[in-house]
Amino acid sequence: MLDILKPPVLAVQEFFSLAGRTFRNLFRRPHYAADLFLQMDTIGVGSLPIVSLIGFFSGAVMGMQMSKALQQYGAVGQTGQLVALTMVRELGPVLTAIAVAGRNAAGMASELGSMKVTEQIDAMRALGTDPLQKLVKPRLVATAVVLPLLTIIADFVGLLGGFVIAYFFLNLSSAQYWNNAWQSLEYRDVTFGLLKPFVFAFAIALVGCYYGLSTTGGTQGVGRSTTQAVVTSIILIFVLNLFITRIYVSL
Amino acid sequence: MLGQATALAEQEREGGIVDRRDERPVLRFERVTVTFDEIRALDDVSFEVYAGESRVILGAAGSGKTVLLKTALGLIRPDRGRVWVFGQNITEMPEEELFHIRARIGVLFQEGGLFDSLTIEENVGYPLENQPSLRCPPEERRRRVEEALRFVELEHTLDKFPSELSGGMRRRVGIARAVVVEPELVLYDSPTAGLDPITAYTIIALIVKERDLKNITTIMVTHRYQDAHFLAGFRWDPQRGGLRPAPPEATRTRFLVLREGRLVFEGTRAELEAASDPYVRKFIRREQ
Repeated sequence: MLDILKPPVLAVQEFFSLAGRTFRNLFRRPHYAADLFLQMDTIGVGSLPIVSLIGFFSGAVMGMQMSKALQQYGAVGQTGQLVALTMVRELGPVLTAIAVAGRNAAGMASELGSMKVTEQIDAMRALGTDPLQKLVKPRLVATAVVLPLLTIIADFVGLLGGFVIAYFFLNLSSAQYWNNAWQSLEYRDVTFGLLKPFVFAFAIALVGCYYGLSTTGGTQGVGRSTTQAVVTSIILIFVLNLFITRIYVSL
Repeated sequence: MLGQATALAEQEREGGIVDRRDERPVLRFERVTVTFDEIRALDDVSFEVYAGESRVILGAAGSGKTVLLKTALGLIRPDRGRVWVFGQNITEMPEEELFHIRARIGVLFQEGGLFDSLTIEENVGYPLENQPSLRCPPEERRRRVEEALRFVELEHTLDKFPSELSGGMRRRVGIARAVVVEPELVLYDSPTAGLDPITAYTIIALIVKERDLKNITTIMVTHRYQDAHFLAGFRWDPQRGGLRPAPPEATRTRFLVLREGRLVFEGTRAELEAASDPYVRKFIRREQ
């Protein structure tokens, strides 16, 4: 029994050790600004098309589904409100985080994993750089900065998707949809809607980097790490979302 | 320190008995044990390497050769025992302090360990740019990178990426990166693994050239006895620009043989070839 439990417990311990050392290094020199901007470009600009598409189509689908339900109560005019609330509170943060996890947690795990199995991580340490400073810190900071921004874009494009449905298929006026959507949102919706991606960013970047840096076993190992990074970060996103939503509803 | 080492080398070459009681070893392993998943990669290993010496560490795949080199660099922490580099105990030294030790060591990793997203110039200049105790200005960095690449005859590859070079060329770039910091100790991890005999000879000749021109302490791990043969029995001829046979005492080469993490032999080439241990004998015969 102990033998079965040992590897996962050890992995959790190593993950928290990596997270702790990364946090400790956050404000310590050296700071690799070029790597940070490169990562912000890769994660932020690179994820923009997929995040926009996911946001648009989920907003549109929400518009259709909600209008169907609202029709029973003769309240189709409230479509904007429901699209806004679901997008800003839940779908925007979670779907954006899942898209970035699929793209970038996988990217981080495979890139760092390849570096690990080809001894580039060892070379980096031998030649004077701390991989946590050079590789993990820029990825973590970049994800924490750009994921909330991507979520804002996804929320807006989602609302736009809902508007297209409302305007062309439900015959709602533009003012009716946007006023209804805008007025339904409270400050705390926006606050929690942006707090979520900030927290998810840590799960995505740290899990991606952890699996990358703990890769063993050649190219097969890189593939395994990549899969594990995506699966674990997506599960963590859902678990963290539950906890944050629990805090939100209890306030 | 260097003067003392040179005097000892002279004494050794002249066939005198060397008294090392006052000399500080460049590298010292003291009963070092390294364990991975309850498997002992290094098991109670002790040895010392002095300035100007060459040390060949022979062993089959999985015998702990690479682990030994990484432990010497502080990349792997021993579970038991102590490691001393340049007289400093690095066993529990923090990573930031280790950088200052590593700045004095050159290392060639098994597959070269080049950064595939950086150009050759950036790869070779990496330690000059990043080692906290080196940090060269860009102009000086460029000059030293060109000089190191000229040493391995690859000065025309500055703007290329590692993927554009052959395996042997990548290994030569790795040597350039190892020597660009003008190290006092160079570690070579299986420098000829996977190379054809002609390229392997080129690599070994570069290692001997670096050792003899700058009197650098050299540690090479390999599974090929042929590499050890060149390191122990040849010196670089600066006049004619090639290797020439030399007596064993001139190269100051000693051998270690690892078997499943344990040190089963330590001695000179003559002692190695006369060894009665069946593992050592079988290993040498097969590799010859």
